[in-house]
Amino acid sequence: MAVLNEEQSMLRDAAKSWTQEKSPVTAFRKMRDSGIEIGYDGKAWNEMAEMGWAGVIIPEEYGGSAFGYLSIGLILEEMGRTLTASPLIASGVGAASALVLGGSDTQKSEWLPKIADGSVVGALAVDEGAHHAPEKVALAATKSDAGYSLSGTKSFVIEGLAASLLVVSARTSGQPGDKDGITLFLVPADAKGVSRKRLALADSRGAANITFDKVEVGADAVLGAVDKGWDVLEKTLDRVRAALAAEMLGAANQAFETTLDYLKVRVQFGQVIGSFQALQHRAAKMFTDLELARSAVEAALQAIDADSPDVPELVSLSKAKMGDVFHLVSNEMVQMHGGIGMTDAHDAGFYLKRARAAEAAFGSQSYHRDRYARINGY
Amino acid sequence: MADFGGGDPEAFRKEVREWVDANFPAELKSRPNPMMREERAEPSEAQEAWRKAVGSKGWGTPTWPSQYGGGGLGTAEARIIQQEFGRAGAYNPIGGMGVMMFGPTLLEYGTEDQKLEHMPLICRGDVQWCQGFSEPGAGSDLAALQTRAEDKGDHFLINGQKIWTSGAQYADWCFCLVRTDTSKKHEGISFVLFSMHQPGVEVRPIKLIAGNSPFCETFFTDVLAEKKNLVGPLNGGWSIAKRLLQHERGGLSGAGGGGMGGRSLVDLAREYVGVDAQGRIADPDLRTRVVHHEIEGRSFQQTAVRVMLESKGNSGPSAATSIMKNAGTSWMQLRQELTLEIMGHQGLGWEGDTFKPEELGAVRGWLGGKAFTIYGGSQEVQSNIISKRILGLPDLTQNN
Ligand SMILES: Cc1cc2nc3c(=O)[nH]c(=O)nc-3n(C[C@H](O)[C@H](O)[C@H](O)COP(=O)(O)OP(=O)(O)OC[C@H]3O[C@@H](n4cnc5c(N)ncnc54)[C@H](O)[C@@H]3O)c2cc1C
Ligand SMILES: Cc1cc2nc3c(=O)[nH]c(=O)nc-3n(C[C@H](O)[C@H](O)[C@H](O)COP(=O)(O)OP(=O)(O)OC[C@H]3O[C@@H](n4cnc5c(N)ncnc54)[C@H](O)[C@@H]3O)c2cc1C
Repeated sequence: MAVLNEEQSMLRDAAKSWTQEKSPVTAFRKMRDSGIEIGYDGKAWNEMAEMGWAGVIIPEEYGGSAFGYLSIGLILEEMGRTLTASPLIASGVGAASALVLGGSDTQKSEWLPKIADGSVVGALAVDEGAHHAPEKVALAATKSDAGYSLSGTKSFVIEGLAASLLVVSARTSGQPGDKDGITLFLVPADAKGVSRKRLALADSRGAANITFDKVEVGADAVLGAVDKGWDVLEKTLDRVRAALAAEMLGAANQAFETTLDYLKVRVQFGQVIGSFQALQHRAAKMFTDLELARSAVEAALQAIDADSPDVPELVSLSKAKMGDVFHLVSNEMVQMHGGIGMTDAHDAGFYLKRARAAEAAFGSQSYHRDRYARINGY
Repeated sequence: MADFGGGDPEAFRKEVREWVDANFPAELKSRPNPMMREERAEPSEAQEAWRKAVGSKGWGTPTWPSQYGGGGLGTAEARIIQQEFGRAGAYNPIGGMGVMMFGPTLLEYGTEDQKLEHMPLICRGDVQWCQGFSEPGAGSDLAALQTRAEDKGDHFLINGQKIWTSGAQYADWCFCLVRTDTSKKHEGISFVLFSMHQPGVEVRPIKLIAGNSPFCETFFTDVLAEKKNLVGPLNGGWSIAKRLLQHERGGLSGAGGGGMGGRSLVDLAREYVGVDAQGRIADPDLRTRVVHHEIEGRSFQQTAVRVMLESKGNSGPSAATSIMKNAGTSWMQLRQELTLEIMGHQGLGWEGDTFKPEELGAVRGWLGGKAFTIYGGSQEVQSNIISKRILGLPDLTQNN
């Protein structure tokens, strides 16, 4: 566990008690069973916003607390434990970071206070294919009288159905795959020509495919510089990936602890199954891996707070390692529970489904291993 | 049984082909086998006709003796039937637990009367069976089962609870392990058969993580099993159960040996991930893992062939079945994981038309597949069997 300052300890404790009391896994189950289309409980989100969670990385002048990324990671870790669904990553990390990193004073003043108080939910509309590939932008932004006209499709936009503000990567020059020629736009989700289709995902969280059909935006909708959006986009994505890894860390730890508890109570052959060395050693291995993953997750968040040059490398390390560990632990959770772990009434399936969705989002393990190697020149 | 009775395989192939062409309803061509569906619907007329046609030939259970309703054929002929069905886009309508595990076990342990009573109904697909083994407190430690059978002269009265009973809600009959002696563990278990259509049988479907409900909690209150439906000796059910589990494992390991259907991972990767200028899967990390998996699959298939050749003359599955079950099921699970990974965001769908049926099927299959290493004796239990029975390592489990 990272060494925390006083405000971080308080934040973590608050997040722990709120998630355990107000948002246990049963709350997630209720949300899923209710079929809420946006994929989270709006009331719970309001409470999170009231506690200031949506503004943790937003500067104080724009209504946030500027506690930073390690701090929001602590909250997300606790939320991950109970599988609390919310737009905190998409909005409070994704859209907020994009604005903080690339927004003009006007844009920041317009959007950040609303993101911080939770009244606006932002989302990143980045990917267009089956795999995370943020440079493969085909969605075209062409000059028009009013400013720009956007046409194309974004897929797997996390919280895309709930969002009222979309941060859209569009191509203003070059070809899909070029990092040059990408421009970021701020597009209200109710703009004319935007149509959204809900994705019903295995992990029951919110996502949408979004089509842009000649969506007209003004020149003031450009976030950062025209054709030069890549830098802000990549930095924003790294912040989202690091935050997601923190959520995964919490979920994986809870999956592990629930399993460990079961090993201590389930009796077969007249002894608790945790007395079988075949299971003991796998538990020991998972625990070891979780400790390594924690270090990787915290190092990435701290690097972001320090604005260190090795953020991309540390973020890819974190997402790759965390993805592997959550993958392992979620599989073992089902296997070590036996038949009961296969039932929908048990929580194991929730962790398993969340694991795969989180692994794939914003770059899978193989994406980040490859990126890590590239960054290091091999 | 001599293959082709010394006859001509090509003549037999011709016979099968003509028969399939004459009897297989065209509307069922290349349709999925309704037997493979977990949520059963009323069969259509064509489905019923096809089941009856195959059932009366005994070709759904081609290697079973003809006096019990089977085809009375050799394995080579059985293979030809399978190939010809495949060629015509036809499925084998005779299946389920009766075919997979109960029938072969009854053939070994049943009396002549029991075989004559139960096997033809299985061969014709008239009766579906379920397996009443596992209980809440008796999973891996199956012999800890508590369901009691009381001797009432000409019948047993059965009381207790089973769990994870696959297909109990559709089953006509149950082959069940019951306790007939409470003073001993393994030597107090009997193997009985009874109808599921009687008072005192209650089934409650359980929903799986894949969203479907293929199995049940099953409660028995004063359920009746006739004495003539005791298989093997009283208190002698454990060795029969173990034999049956070997048949179950044999069937499960088959999952790895082909027959898993669907497209190859390489094909999927070409579509979802793309290839580089040399035609290699564009993601080198994924490519390595796909190749590794292909090599595992090939060596598994080679082993399956080798085991078959080496066991010629030997009847049925053996301790080596545990090796095949573990290798086959882990291979299959990894295949399902890789399929999801290759599909990326498209491999995360639960429902709706934003995903192709193949993509939704991959997700449900991946979830359902997590059971492969749990049922039929878990991965860990198989490894224990390999350690003890094949490797001769001592067992410290308190197994009494
Ligand atoms: C390079 C090297 C340097 C060493 N230096 C020193 C030294 O400076 N001083 C010193 O006193 N000793 C030293 N040792 C000895 C070392 O501590 C022992 O080799 C070690 O404790 C293992 O004991 P063993 O060799 O008797 O193997 P065993 O204990 O017989 O183990 C054999 C295998 O069984 C496994 N095993 C044993 N018990 C269990 C269990 N309960 N559950 C599961 N698996 C088990 C082991 O992991 C191992 O794989 C050294 C050994 C090596 C290889
Ligand atoms: C989809 C599905 C269908 C099924 N269908 C049927 C059916 O039709 N009829 C039927 O009777 N049963 C059925 N089963 C039940 C199945 O056989 C049991 O789930 C299985 O035997 C495991 O028992 P359990 O669930 O009680 O797990 P447990 O035995 O409690 O096992 C929990 C974990 O402990 C491990 N473990 C247990 N003992 C040891 C040991 N000695 N050493 C190391 N590890 C150990 C297990 O491997 C597992 O990982 C089905 C199960 C599933 C999931």
